[in-house]
Amino acid sequence: MGLLFHLGRYALFLKRVFARPEKCKILIKQIFREAEKLGTNSIGIVAIISVFMGAVITLQTAYNIEMPFIPKYTVGLAARDSILLEFSSTIVSLILAGKGGSNIASEIGSMRVTEQIDAIEIMGINSSGYLILPKVLGLVFMMPFLVILSMGIGITGGWLAGSLSGVVSSVDFIYGIRYAFQPFYITYSLVKASVFAFLIATISSYHGYYVEGGSLEVGIASTKAVVVSSIQILLFNLLLTQLLLA
Amino acid sequence: MIEVVNVNKTFHSKQILFDISARFEAGQTNLIIGQSGHGKTVLLKSIVGLHTIDSGQIIYGNEVFSAMDFKEQRNIRKEIGMLFQGSALFDSLSVEENVRFPLDMFSDMCNEEKLDRVNFCLNRVNLENVNKLYPSEISGGMQKRVAIARAIALNPKYLFCDEPNSGLDPKTAIVIDNLIYEITKEYGITTIINTHDMNSVMAIGEKIIYIHQGKKLWEGDKEDIFTATEQSLNDFVFASELFKRIKQKS
Ligand SMILES: Nc1ncnc2c1ncn2[C@@H]1O[C@H](COP(=O)(O)OP(=O)(O)O)[C@@H](O)[C@H]1O
Ligand SMILES: [Mg+2]
Repeated sequence: MGLLFHLGRYALFLKRVFARPEKCKILIKQIFREAEKLGTNSIGIVAIISVFMGAVITLQTAYNIEMPFIPKYTVGLAARDSILLEFSSTIVSLILAGKGGSNIASEIGSMRVTEQIDAIEIMGINSSGYLILPKVLGLVFMMPFLVILSMGIGITGGWLAGSLSGVVSSVDFIYGIRYAFQPFYITYSLVKASVFAFLIATISSYHGYYVEGGSLEVGIASTKAVVVSSIQILLFNLLLTQLLLA
Repeated sequence: MIEVVNVNKTFHSKQILFDISARFEAGQTNLIIGQSGHGKTVLLKSIVGLHTIDSGQIIYGNEVFSAMDFKEQRNIRKEIGMLFQGSALFDSLSVEENVRFPLDMFSDMCNEEKLDRVNFCLNRVNLENVNKLYPSEISGGMQKRVAIARAIALNPKYLFCDEPNSGLDPKTAIVIDNLIYEITKEYGITTIINTHDMNSVMAIGEKIIYIHQGKKLWEGDKEDIFTATEQSLNDFVFASELFKRIKQKS
């Protein structure tokens, strides 16, 4: 079906997701549960990927600017800026699109095909609001923490790789990461990441919510959720970079 | 009392329900029977508003449900309990939390009152010591009973059951049928049950309507059904050897 059909249905879907919730106490409880499921449980994978990413960026930068008139601390500076500006927010989002996105789509999708969504709806509860709003808020809430964590671990990974391999000394690297530091870079990254978190949660829920059929279709929806969220992340990354940095 | 008036329903330009009218009285078990795939579930879901109908009217008591928007329908929906074909229990919640769910959402009871009500409902469906188990840890028959307990938690005026004994052995099926029947009588509920099971028809069919290819071809009670002249109904009723023999004897 056409792009316009999906865009329209997605917009109407969002309207219902953000309708006034049934009971705030229940909503808050659910947000924490989702934050744990979608955020805290991803700390491990985020840490592993960040440490390697930081290490590789540092080594790459060091080997590429091995010239006598460029000071060594530039490696730290360049690694820091790539991690803060781009890598942490984008990579963490892509990881979460894979892990959280498929989780969300398959959970909502199987609730749809086993009529659990109908069971909620029949009670007069707005099922999209009840099920999906906590996921969106939970993920958007956790994303900044994960990104900051990734930044810290990424830079640490770079420092470790640089000093252990002897490519850049610890002193130079640390001087570099503190040189001309712009706090706005972090704000910029967190804004982007929050938008990505919103996209992941809503797009994946959308694909799960409108599943028709059985478990086979749930699987297909879950794959689609990951692909579409990832593409949207890359697209919005481009847009936001132009908007925020230009 | 629920009334369905000239209801039509189409999916993706394929018409599923054709001009269906019927009346379902309170305090009795109303059955919708017919072969699989002939529109029973679509009719039931249209009556409760999970599908929007193309034309016609759905009336609860003296209110035209089908003309209301979601917000107005909510008041009636709070009086509806529904038992889905696959039970549709929330699999991330325990048995107790499942039955509690409607209470949490809609009642002002305190925790103790809710727990009392949950235990009362679970007792009513003859379940004990399963409160902390999850749906995946109990049998299909028990899942159906939990689903009934959840459906009656808020004292519904209307109860809908989609193939309540599908996937159950004959003995458990009878237990579930009887349970629905008793609850209907006890609380004077307007109960509508979809089934293709002739045993259910004979056990609890007070008023029966027969759906064939999306059309209502017959209505009556379980005594009339053996003398009905409608050919497709006869084919349906006497599909099994058992009922053929009963007919020959009578
Ligand atoms: N959501 C839907 N979208 C499209 N077609 C549907 C939908 N639900 C049911 N149908 C079609 O409606 C017909 C009747 O189905 P159903 O009411 O489930 O039969 P049953 O009598 O077994 O309950 C079937 O042909 C089915 O494919
Ligand atoms: Mg059915």
